[in-house]
Amino acid sequence: MTEPTVDAALALEYGLSEEEFVRACEALGRTPNFTELGVFSVMWSEHCSYKSSRVHLSRLPTTGARVIQGPGENAGVVDIGDGWTAVFKMESHNHPSFIEPFQGAATGVGGILRDVFTMGARPVALMDSLRMGAPDHPKTRGLLTGVVAGISAYGNAMGVPTVAGDLQFDSAYNGNILVNAFALGIAKKDKLFFGRASGIGNPILYVGARTGRDGIHGATMASAEFDDESDAKRPTVQVGDPFMQKLLLEACLEIFAADVLEGVQDMGAAGLTSSTVEMAGRAGTGVELDLDCIPRRAKKLAPYEILLSESQERMVMVARAGMEERVLEICRKWDLDACVIGRVTDTGRWVIKATPGYDPLSGDPAPHESAKQVFVDIPVSVLTDDAPKYNRPIADEPRALSKYPLDIASIAYDPRADLLEILASPNVGSRAWIWRQYDHIVRVGTAVRPGAADAAVIRVFCDDSMNGTTPSPREKWLALKSDCNARFCELDPRAGAAMAVAESCRNLACVGAEAIGLTDCLNFGSPKRPEIMAQFAAAIDGMRDACEALGVAIVSGNVSLYNETETPEGSRAILPTPMIGAVGLIEKPADVLTMGFKRVGDLVAILGPHGPGAMGGSEWVWTKTREVKGTPPSIDLQAEARLQRALISLARRGLLASAHDCSEGGLAVALAECSIAGGLGALVRIEEITAGPQAMFGEDPTRVIVSFLPSQLQLIERALADAKVPMRLIGSVVSESLAIEGGPTWTIHEMASAHARALEAVVG
Amino acid sequence: MRARVLVRLKREVLDPQGEAVRRALVALGIDGIRDARVGKIIELEVDMAPELAQQQIERAAKSLLANPVIEDFEITLENDS
Amino acid sequence: MKAVVVQFPGSNADWDAMRALRDVAMIATEFVFHKASSLPSGTDLVVLPGGFSFGDYLRCGAIARFSPIIAAVRQHAERGGFVLGICNGFQILTEANMLPGALTRNTHLRFECRDIHVRVDAEGPFTAGLAASVLRLPIAHAEGRYHADEETLAMLERERRVAFRYVRDNPNGSLNDIAGIYGGPRRNVLGLMPHPERACEPALGSADGRQLLSSITKSILAR
Repeated sequence: MTEPTVDAALALEYGLSEEEFVRACEALGRTPNFTELGVFSVMWSEHCSYKSSRVHLSRLPTTGARVIQGPGENAGVVDIGDGWTAVFKMESHNHPSFIEPFQGAATGVGGILRDVFTMGARPVALMDSLRMGAPDHPKTRGLLTGVVAGISAYGNAMGVPTVAGDLQFDSAYNGNILVNAFALGIAKKDKLFFGRASGIGNPILYVGARTGRDGIHGATMASAEFDDESDAKRPTVQVGDPFMQKLLLEACLEIFAADVLEGVQDMGAAGLTSSTVEMAGRAGTGVELDLDCIPRRAKKLAPYEILLSESQERMVMVARAGMEERVLEICRKWDLDACVIGRVTDTGRWVIKATPGYDPLSGDPAPHESAKQVFVDIPVSVLTDDAPKYNRPIADEPRALSKYPLDIASIAYDPRADLLEILASPNVGSRAWIWRQYDHIVRVGTAVRPGAADAAVIRVFCDDSMNGTTPSPREKWLALKSDCNARFCELDPRAGAAMAVAESCRNLACVGAEAIGLTDCLNFGSPKRPEIMAQFAAAIDGMRDACEALGVAIVSGNVSLYNETETPEGSRAILPTPMIGAVGLIEKPADVLTMGFKRVGDLVAILGPHGPGAMGGSEWVWTKTREVKGTPPSIDLQAEARLQRALISLARRGLLASAHDCSEGGLAVALAECSIAGGLGALVRIEEITAGPQAMFGEDPTRVIVSFLPSQLQLIERALADAKVPMRLIGSVVSESLAIEGGPTWTIHEMASAHARALEAVVG
Repeated sequence: MRARVLVRLKREVLDPQGEAVRRALVALGIDGIRDARVGKIIELEVDMAPELAQQQIERAAKSLLANPVIEDFEITLENDS
Repeated sequence: MKAVVVQFPGSNADWDAMRALRDVAMIATEFVFHKASSLPSGTDLVVLPGGFSFGDYLRCGAIARFSPIIAAVRQHAERGGFVLGICNGFQILTEANMLPGALTRNTHLRFECRDIHVRVDAEGPFTAGLAASVLRLPIAHAEGRYHADEETLAMLERERRVAFRYVRDNPNGSLNDIAGIYGGPRRNVLGLMPHPERACEPALGSADGRQLLSSITKSILAR
């Protein structure tokens, strides 16, 4: 194979700007060769280097009493007590999932699981946050069906329950769906592993699936906008093998327990390259690899291809000197390929050797040492710390709200019909079609299943052996939820992002859990557009505001930019979608609350401030007009913090029977959901339901519907007065129907059937 | 030599995948399709004399590749060209 | 009393079975790797757990039946030892011809995970005293549609070997609504698609699965 001449024009084809190419030449003191150009192109891509987002990400709060590991490692780590930790992260697989929904989503799940078990954790839960195009767009059905099948195929086979998630539809995602996968694992605090190539002379091992030509330049693809030729990019999509990954998981956990490793990292985006570069970067060491011994399944792989392959289910390990045989032995037990591929050096350089033209699959004899050549020799820091970093121009105002006027009076309002219509909206209705395809109960830990409460609750076993052989292990109870109302973020990125953080934590509080850490997946359009950078910067500020008010840190995350589609009318960005994954800790199982009404006669109340009934960006407006417009709600973060603290305290004192947050569809939808989940209705007073949709369908945040025994009323009132949280008693639980005094009535049956058919229109 | 083993559900066994394919074809407006069956092809590269290969691959098909309770199989042997 | 949970590389409900047997039913239980060629001495009950034994890309359970441990499990069953195959374990037992029939793709083609109801239709060591009771148990499978030829079905019905039958609705299209069947010389082998081991603690939504555990515990003690 003759290599093309490397110059600025070729570099541009490989995604490096002219300025970046000059920077690379200067850093090396020479022009990079073709293989090195490939390495620069992936390591300096947006996906690997976070070059447009780093300056803003530094504003996020990432520390706290419980935080053991913040951003920068494979996943974040939070203390859950008694020597145990929760390890979690969320990551996007948007572009691959649009091109090939099944494999794209499946490998997204595979990748995030590897990020978690790489840290020494056993994965115990998954979540999926999806954003799809308009429900009636011709591609939506195939994309949603394929994505859900892919997540199901991978997560189910791995035996990790998918316990929660969220899904919204909007035409802004027609050409660029979002597939954000979250994984959580449990690890012992003193048995965490990090992605560090430490210990000069230590052997570097390759473990797992053999290398093929999968997904070469996937990392650069993830940083490219879509156009009509995306269909032709299919060969760069990776195919996942969950069985291989199950072997890898079990082998890794056994190797970790054997206490023979210095560091470990999965080969994700930009494969062998980014994993070994990052490991050397974190440890301040160098690495020398010999590609001749890489296990491979495709013939005649060039060094360029081996370095950039994104074949799945592969890990890099740095063993203590002399311990490599133990690693290889455990891999043999699990029928996994593994071999030593290099050493840690003290040079601070990333050096790649290979024998030109050597192909073990063609039966070539093992090459002689003298035949090997250096294909890459780059200082590690050039690829990591010294990667380009941009403070891109920011528009003064992301999007002028005045551009999205909303005239409520011009939209027909019928409280009775509208509630049924919104319950049947694909944004609001039942997700059972999705979560029934996920094994959400494997590992016998799912205490609150999907659809039963605002967040999932799982029991995890703190099993000292990590392999299930500890009798009656200690139990911990965790809550999980992901959220982001991107419509609010579109209309006001700062308030919208703050509300995403607030809502995800509020959902945890609604099951009696205290938020102990967050992860994020920041999905935005092109950073080269000042108005998109304005959205991004404002969203970061909003997240920071909310994290500080609620006393919670962001411990891991991922940025996905260039989520745009070229259309005849110009480039169209998605709604800014800073997805938040929240993890909470429950003190004792008796604290757990679900949303359904429990007993006839219980009182029903709204906790939280009485808002104006904001309609901007609401589900009611979207259902009626399919548009995102108006002034979105604002949030008082101090009131939010007081509400969440008070709610958790009431749950811990056992005073409540149910709790459910008001979100899409407002108070009316929340009451309907409490009724459907509990099979019981309520008779309630809602003021001014005839004046307009605000009281029923307004989406003011910081409101939770609770129900409780009348005999607890005094205790609850006193506690809330002390906590400075307003409460409005609105009625009581009755059987059979939801009724508004002086207004409409809905039977549980009609509400439940509207709710149940919501996704039928999409996937029918 | 290459051996190709075609494994299909037996005629009398319900084939939901095949039925899904048939319905999709009808929806696409491709007329005249009465039935669709989905099977799988397992390709094997073998270094054996043809008579032995036939026998060995039949063994492979009966013991692993197909489940005789629900599936039929057909073996095709091809010489490398 | 000793139970064994067999671990194939892709087993994933092995912990679920271990939890139910060891921590709920309080039976001394250990894992045995599929590469082992014998069972620990004194084994009373062998559980083949749920999961995707070898990825199950060809057919569920098709490769697992060639694992060394299966020969030992077969001998154990032939001697009258108790064997319980749950979900993938049931699929393996049919592939290994230790139970008749086959488990094929759900009619709706999707993986389905939810609670269903089964009626106990035959008594045996795993269902002693449970005849006609209806249990709420979860399912979690893509290939759970029981299929067998007419003679086999007639034989199963005649010999009253249909241990569990789906009631209210049939989630996968199984013939005769079959959810689980007995086999072995003394009804000592049971295969079923629902997961009783995932329904043994009230905190998880249903404890109906414990009735199977109590029954098999009594049956072992009665030996």
